[in-house]
Amino acid sequence: MSTLPLLTLLTLVPLLGGVATLLASSRPNLSRRIAFAASLLALAGAALLWAEFDTGSAGWQFVERYAWVASLGIDYHLGIDGLGLLMVLLSALIVPFAMLASWNIGRIPGLYFALILFLEAGLFGTFTALNFFHWFIYWELGLIPAFFLIKMWGGPRRSQAAVQFFIYTLAGSVAMLLAFLAIYAATGLFDFDQLADVARHGGLDNALFATLGGSLFKSKESLAAVVFLGVFLGFAVKAPLMPFHTWLPSAYAEAPTGTSMLLTGAMSKMGVYGFLRILLPLFPGQMRAMQTPLLCLAVVTIVFSAAAALAQRDLKRMAAYSSMNHIGYCLLGIFAAVQLTAPGVAWTTEKAAALNGVMLQMFSHGLTASALFYFVGLIEQRSGGLRGLDDFGGLRKAAPVFCGLLGITLFASLGLPGLSGFVGEFLIFKGSLPLAGWAAAVSTLGLLITAIFMLAILQRVFSGPVQSRWTGWKDLTTGERLTLAPVITLMFLLGICPQILISVSNPAALAILKHF
Amino acid sequence: MNSSLAWMIPLIPEELIILCGLLALVIDITIARRKTVPVRAAVAGTMACLGCVAAMGWIACWHDYTASEMLALTPLTQFMKLVLLALTLVVAVLSFGARFSRHLGEYFALLLLAAAGLMLLVSSENLLVIFIALEMLSVPLYVLTAFNKSSLPSAEAALKYFLFGSVAAASTLFGISLLYGLTGTLELGSIADKLATQPVEAVCYLALVMTLAGFAFKVASAPFHFWAPDVYEGAPTPIACFIASASKVAGFFVLARIIVAGFAPLHGSAAWEGFRAGWMPLLAVFAILSMIVGNIAALVQNSVKRLLAYSAIAHGGYALLAFFGNSRQMLPSLFFYVITYALTVLGAFAVVSVVENSGTRDRLSDWAGLGRRAPLLSACMFVFMLSLAGIPPLSGFFGKFYVFTAATAGAPHLAMLWLVIVAIAAGTISLYYYLQVLKQIYAGELSVGATPFRPSLAALVPIALLACLVIGLGCAPGWLLGKLSFVINSNIIKL
Amino acid sequence: MLAWTIYISFLGAAAQVLLPAESRRAARFMALFTALAGLVAALVGAAQYERLAPSGAVADLVNISWIADLGIRFHLAADGVSVTLVLLTGIAAVSGVLFSWNIERRAREFFALYLALIGGVYGVFLSFDLFLLFVFYEIAIIPKYFLIAVWGSTRREYAAMKLALYSLAGSAMVLIGLIAAYVVSGSRTFELLELAKYPFPPAFQIWAFLLVFVGFAVLAGLWPFHTWAPTGHVAAPTAASMLLAGVVMKLGAYGALRVAMTLFPYGLRFWQNEIALLAVIGIVYGASVALVQRDLKFVIGYSSVSHMGFVLLGLMTLTQIGLSGAVLQMFSHGIVAGLLFAVVGRMIYDRTHTRQLSELQPMNLSVLAPFVSVVFVLAGVASIGLPGFSGFVAELQVLVGSWSVFPRLTIFAGIGILLGFAYMVRVWMKALFAENEPKSASINKLEPVSIPERAGAFLLLGTAILIGLWPNILLTLIDPALHSPQFQPLWKGGLP
Repeated sequence: MSTLPLLTLLTLVPLLGGVATLLASSRPNLSRRIAFAASLLALAGAALLWAEFDTGSAGWQFVERYAWVASLGIDYHLGIDGLGLLMVLLSALIVPFAMLASWNIGRIPGLYFALILFLEAGLFGTFTALNFFHWFIYWELGLIPAFFLIKMWGGPRRSQAAVQFFIYTLAGSVAMLLAFLAIYAATGLFDFDQLADVARHGGLDNALFATLGGSLFKSKESLAAVVFLGVFLGFAVKAPLMPFHTWLPSAYAEAPTGTSMLLTGAMSKMGVYGFLRILLPLFPGQMRAMQTPLLCLAVVTIVFSAAAALAQRDLKRMAAYSSMNHIGYCLLGIFAAVQLTAPGVAWTTEKAAALNGVMLQMFSHGLTASALFYFVGLIEQRSGGLRGLDDFGGLRKAAPVFCGLLGITLFASLGLPGLSGFVGEFLIFKGSLPLAGWAAAVSTLGLLITAIFMLAILQRVFSGPVQSRWTGWKDLTTGERLTLAPVITLMFLLGICPQILISVSNPAALAILKHF
Repeated sequence: MNSSLAWMIPLIPEELIILCGLLALVIDITIARRKTVPVRAAVAGTMACLGCVAAMGWIACWHDYTASEMLALTPLTQFMKLVLLALTLVVAVLSFGARFSRHLGEYFALLLLAAAGLMLLVSSENLLVIFIALEMLSVPLYVLTAFNKSSLPSAEAALKYFLFGSVAAASTLFGISLLYGLTGTLELGSIADKLATQPVEAVCYLALVMTLAGFAFKVASAPFHFWAPDVYEGAPTPIACFIASASKVAGFFVLARIIVAGFAPLHGSAAWEGFRAGWMPLLAVFAILSMIVGNIAALVQNSVKRLLAYSAIAHGGYALLAFFGNSRQMLPSLFFYVITYALTVLGAFAVVSVVENSGTRDRLSDWAGLGRRAPLLSACMFVFMLSLAGIPPLSGFFGKFYVFTAATAGAPHLAMLWLVIVAIAAGTISLYYYLQVLKQIYAGELSVGATPFRPSLAALVPIALLACLVIGLGCAPGWLLGKLSFVINSNIIKL
Repeated sequence: MLAWTIYISFLGAAAQVLLPAESRRAARFMALFTALAGLVAALVGAAQYERLAPSGAVADLVNISWIADLGIRFHLAADGVSVTLVLLTGIAAVSGVLFSWNIERRAREFFALYLALIGGVYGVFLSFDLFLLFVFYEIAIIPKYFLIAVWGSTRREYAAMKLALYSLAGSAMVLIGLIAAYVVSGSRTFELLELAKYPFPPAFQIWAFLLVFVGFAVLAGLWPFHTWAPTGHVAAPTAASMLLAGVVMKLGAYGALRVAMTLFPYGLRFWQNEIALLAVIGIVYGASVALVQRDLKFVIGYSSVSHMGFVLLGLMTLTQIGLSGAVLQMFSHGIVAGLLFAVVGRMIYDRTHTRQLSELQPMNLSVLAPFVSVVFVLAGVASIGLPGFSGFVAELQVLVGSWSVFPRLTIFAGIGILLGFAYMVRVWMKALFAENEPKSASINKLEPVSIPERAGAFLLLGTAILIGLWPNILLTLIDPALHSPQFQPLWKGGLP
């Protein structure tokens, strides 16, 4: 079993599935089924990976490495550690979920599902690639289908949303590309592992300055900072981090339900993953140097997005800002972990806690946020397009199961103990309080505001008098219940037994910490 | 008997030609007098063709090369005569369709007389004989130019031709007499020897200029070109063919002979930084003027015949570049260029003639859509125009290439490259007007009422053959080059 | 086998003329057959070459005496660079025929001229005798003129004449240089490899190099001699602009590399900086002007000028990696530009009958013609040079090579890439996506994408992606060839 190129196969499944779906696109039902089958196959593959994963070893597993364009330092290099495994699993879980949510999409369903599969291939590829060349290909592969998904199936203001999304993300990507070209020119390497080795003790800065500096840059710090900013920009736009977030509210709001679920559930994690996998190992010095501004940005992201969510009247936009808020916590944890501390087990434990929290939060948030968008989608469907906060009331009487499950999702998102969101947030704060106390303290404000608007949702939507027009409100159908079942189950499971995830994420966190 | 008539034997080809010409005249005046024009044309034309073929056959078989004071029969001159007769033959065949006059016996007779003059022109090393032959060539041509009595331009052209030609002839005669005064001999070889040993005076240069002026007139080189556009346009088209091709070939040949054999010591230099008086700078001036005047005037022409006339002037300029080559390459490049040029322009004018006979006027705009009306004819014109423009793999390209290479290699340190640059630049401009013709033929819109027409086989076959020759000599010029090298090098007199 | 590409194309062109005039189907299929046969010959020949001469040496194909008096030989040969460009021509030829499937007027003459052009191009890439190379180079001029003058669109006669005269002027400059080189070297031979060994005097090389290089580079779109390109591309019918941008411009770059740079290395070093500057100006200028165009085809035309600037910059770096990038960019841009012109010309213009962005926008092509939109977006992404497509590796190599020699210029070249991204996004937004949804669904349905168009699009996109993911396929041809003896003088600076 272990001699099979599992990672390549895993990425190929959605790719080929997407092509098959396209070919069958003239027959909508067939293409839907093909696509769903492909996503389930991918899920099975991810589960296989999980089963075969060795939580004891610290390095890369399922490694595949072949020379590709040797003269340019481009290798076909795949491998995952705990972080990668979590992300792959998350993506594999969310895609079928999103497909089920979009089952009845009206226009050209074949193309829609094919694009989702290509997106999944891009996700898998991004999370498993260890050489910039094909990593970037998959990164872009994630972008283009998303653009079309928003543009062609989105809401009334989709054009502007899609364009903004596309241009911002592509601009960030191009900045990243140019930065990596500079890195290649300096070191002759594209491989993340090898570059991390070079960067370990400032080697990257030296190399950059040696080949590129001189005529244009006076100090190696400034040159390294410029290159760092290029790569940073690519990830900051994707995550997003304020102030590079302006594309997010419209994109999430205008995208069709399934796409929003994917965007928030999986694609936003690409940005955070990039911080962990690439930015941190390659530029530890720069991150340390800029820690304070970065923490500020993270805090602002957390607080502002929570406040913005509170001010919204549109449920989908609330969910979008809430999503941004949770990503902010992840970034808080990362930035706190780069704090320069004296060597010692205690500090390592705190940092590891923060990073573990980040990974758990990524996973949990993926589940809860996509479920949240699913519910909003259901509301929109049943109400004929309305999703305002004030449009509803007393739905608990009409659809108790619906409200119950939505409540669970909201609480999981909030971080109630016993549900999946708690452990992640707890660990992040546990880790970052000692490391970056003021930032963590201010961020708790975000928690507070989040609690407020979530309760507001519960109150406005579920309680109160039932509006006459919603008396015929249908509760969840069997199909919808089956769709939600796995996700809800996971929310409970991971809340009660977080050890499942920690056993995988901890080795990865410790390995990342070794870089600085 | 042998000795008294022995002088006739080397001249048999010329005699054959003249005889056939006179026969054609006699038969036409007597027997065919009452027949219709096409029949008369056919009869007289057949006589003319027979004469040409017979002469060619004789030349091909007669290998007794001699040289006397007045006449030279060498492989080179015989080869040239063959070429000239071939050109005349094609013109004769083209004239079968002539409808511009009833006096066809006279027409063919004059044509053959002119051909005889051509042949004599290339056979002689004696200046006086050359002059006589020149006149023998020119006078029939003057008359032939005026042959279309119903056309006013024809008469005007003939008059201009005659006037210009006479002045040129007078100039040549004056130069020849000066030369005789200077050197005491009329034979080219002896003239060269005398000029080499004598101190050079200003009178020598005067003689040079005056003599060359006449021949520059004959090859339509600027600034003696003013007759060419009117004559090419006004004369009956087969005659224009003849003037453009055969007359030009002979003219260049004689020019080469006089310069190389006669004026060799007076060459001077036209090198970039070393100008010295002589025929080289003179020819350089002629060349530049011809190329510039010819190309620029052709750019604005509306009439195909005038366009071809100015292009002829330009091509004369390119050909003059061959004179700057070294002794090994000068003559082969010149002759290759001129012969292939003659074939090409003959074909081009032949196409014009056929198109004219179908009723289309000579304006460029009237040629629109010709590609669809007469595909094969247009394809041949395509070949001719591109060869004139110097596009490979046609003969015109290689001719130009060889001439330019010879000129560049002729002087050390690339001293003549400046002239080649001018020539190449001029050639580039020329593509414009050749493409204009082709554009009309292939991209032009057919006017209402324009119908396809089928040229007669008699006209089409020679044209197609010429086109094939142009392509063939372009792809495999080695054949002609080999022949030329052979005949030039096996010359038994110094040339 | 490679030489057969030439013969097949010219035979195919001749065969076209013999077909009956009214049968368009016969003309198309015959042309497709010829182009495919040429491509097969190219592929087989490439495989043979790899087997016979793996170290990048020059492999003789045909070498017979032609015009012995001048030392001219009919010498066809190939090295890795030639083989790469021959493959490009094969692919471009087939896709051009596929995208011209709908030619109605005078189809057989169209394909005859098209195939003659292709034959001439193959000939240039395979000639190792300078005279022969020049002959093929000039042969390519006339079909271009007629293709544009007869079947073109906007201001076609003016554009065709401009193109023909520019091309001829360029080749006139080359001719002067060639004759001069021939004479100076002793007039024994026109053999490229022999002449390259001859030590031309430095003073001679200085002007001879400039003359020959600029003469070739005119056709490659070197700024400021590029002005024929936008007009020409816009006026030409689709297949002709695909060939013009895709292959013919590469003739100029190839000639510059194969002839000018190897014959006159001292002159090359003398002018290296100035030409690199012109190349970068071309990159930035082309991209900037493309950014403000209102006609879709003009955008693509100027983007071609910009991309060819990369080729010329790569050539001027005189580093192994820079030249390798230049040759790879020749291939890549040939494919991508062909695809872009196919999309704009055949897929969009033939259906909508407009190229003005302002008129295209309301049509909301992304909905009316999804296949076209997807192909256009992918082609644009390839043009920007994102990894996964052939342009990335090429531009990477050019930039890396150029950084080591011209750091400041490289920054501007990088700006050119950003501008490329900008104008491409602008064009997508304006051509494919309407601002507002169309009011009614009564917009005319556009005719569906035909099978030949799909085939052509897949061929070109597939090649771009194939080479993007496995650039080694071509790099194993190009890199050894650049190491071979004939390119040695470039590295050494060639002082005689």
